[in-house]
Amino acid sequence: MKFVSIKVLVVAAAAMLAGGYALADSYELPDETAEFRPGPGVELAQTNCTACHSADYINTQPPRMGASFWEAEVKKMKKTYGAPIEDADLKGIADYLSATY
Amino acid sequence: MISRRLMLKTAGSAALGAAGGLAFSGLAARAAEIATLPFANGERPLVKYPGKRALIGQTARPPQLETPFSVFNEGLITPNDAFFVRYHLSDVPLDIDPAAYRIEVKGLVEKPVSLSLDALKSLHDPVEMVAVHQCSGNSRGFFEPRMGGGQLGNGAMGNARWKGVPLKAVLDKAGVKPGAVQVSFGGLDGPPLAETPDFAKALDIDHARDGEVMIAYAMNGEDLPWLNGFPVRLVVPGWYGTYWVKHLNEITVLDKPLDNFWMKTAYRIPDNDCACTEPGKPAEKTVPINRFKVRSFITSVMEGDKVQAEAPLKLRGIAFDGGSGIKEVAVSSDGGKTWQPTALGEDLGKYSFREWTATVKLAKGEHELRVRATSNEGKTQPEKQPWNPSGYMRNVIETTRVVAA
Repeated sequence: MKFVSIKVLVVAAAAMLAGGYALADSYELPDETAEFRPGPGVELAQTNCTACHSADYINTQPPRMGASFWEAEVKKMKKTYGAPIEDADLKGIADYLSATY
Repeated sequence: MISRRLMLKTAGSAALGAAGGLAFSGLAARAAEIATLPFANGERPLVKYPGKRALIGQTARPPQLETPFSVFNEGLITPNDAFFVRYHLSDVPLDIDPAAYRIEVKGLVEKPVSLSLDALKSLHDPVEMVAVHQCSGNSRGFFEPRMGGGQLGNGAMGNARWKGVPLKAVLDKAGVKPGAVQVSFGGLDGPPLAETPDFAKALDIDHARDGEVMIAYAMNGEDLPWLNGFPVRLVVPGWYGTYWVKHLNEITVLDKPLDNFWMKTAYRIPDNDCACTEPGKPAEKTVPINRFKVRSFITSVMEGDKVQAEAPLKLRGIAFDGGSGIKEVAVSSDGGKTWQPTALGEDLGKYSFREWTATVKLAKGEHELRVRATSNEGKTQPEKQPWNPSGYMRNVIETTRVVAA
């Protein structure tokens, strides 16, 4: 965390009033609203998936991709992207995804 | 403790309020409406991000926003506030101080340099180019059989006038040493976990020094929009968007090809003429994705539109390819049995959208309108879309069904 200097505030306010690109040095992303679909094991997905991405990454996938697709996806998240998923949870997450999506 | 970002936002809100209450707050974003992309599970919220008009919300974190297709009928240039957004990793930079911003040029160079934005701009006279930017997976949602990944309609593309400095000038400033093979590019955006491969892409050294690849600091006459790579991004004309690294701050000259996940595993296409495999099957051998395939679209009518029968119907649309330019565009109003030529519009450059127009007359009933572009290098669009495991490079002849009454 950084403290802001008075100078930065004054410069920002001056640029703003002059109609310049006032917020050029900061941006605020909207809150995310997507939620996982309810189903057995949804807590596992909430716990393991959302550290890196929002639920819409899953919600937007084509319907009924099947168990082998979701097993491969969950495995990829751990092996390729380094998600800290316990081996014991891999199957539960994939089961939730293939049953619910 | 109050973070700098929060303070700036508070100060900004107050000033904006005083200046007339412009809505520019992240909190203003609400998914009020739904867009439906025409494939299974294609419902998406329309979302409003700061600096953007309502766009198709593919994902929130990291953000992926698609341009509503009607935008492409507004003109040849895609407005900044409608331009699509695609991040790979969720640590999106939210605080960037342009005065402190530096682009590091390093690796196999005579003299590593650290360029401020002013130093970058003073390196070379500004160059401008109109070029299409298109996501590798644009239109993925239309593939059959479906595959995982971003389920995009046709709106992960846009055409902008980019202004910047040739990458070659920057490389020359640092002095590329003999033995250079590739140049890699990194940006401020990164992964949420140290274990996740950071996003970086590479171009072959000759490509990087072709004089056309650009470090852009302006888009359509304005600063780059934040989510399109403020303050500088790479522009690789004619090549798929994966190479157009945003928030560019790291340029490394390499003595061997970049060997990371994003080059070696992701963004690869089957190594054959059709860049395709038997549907559902993996590729035996792959190469990194590269140039755009030729595409064209009708923009003046949309699927399912009702039009007047037995009257001249003006059709308008866009075409583009990977940089040879568009030679001709033909349209069909009988599902591809017969074709008629179209008139090409203003030429904004070989990397730009090219407008086409034609007039057809339709009898009462349903009609399949089709459009097919041919590039100057003689490539055209397929009637049936070849399949590939990642759903990249879609360029089938598009069909728009309308009802004349």
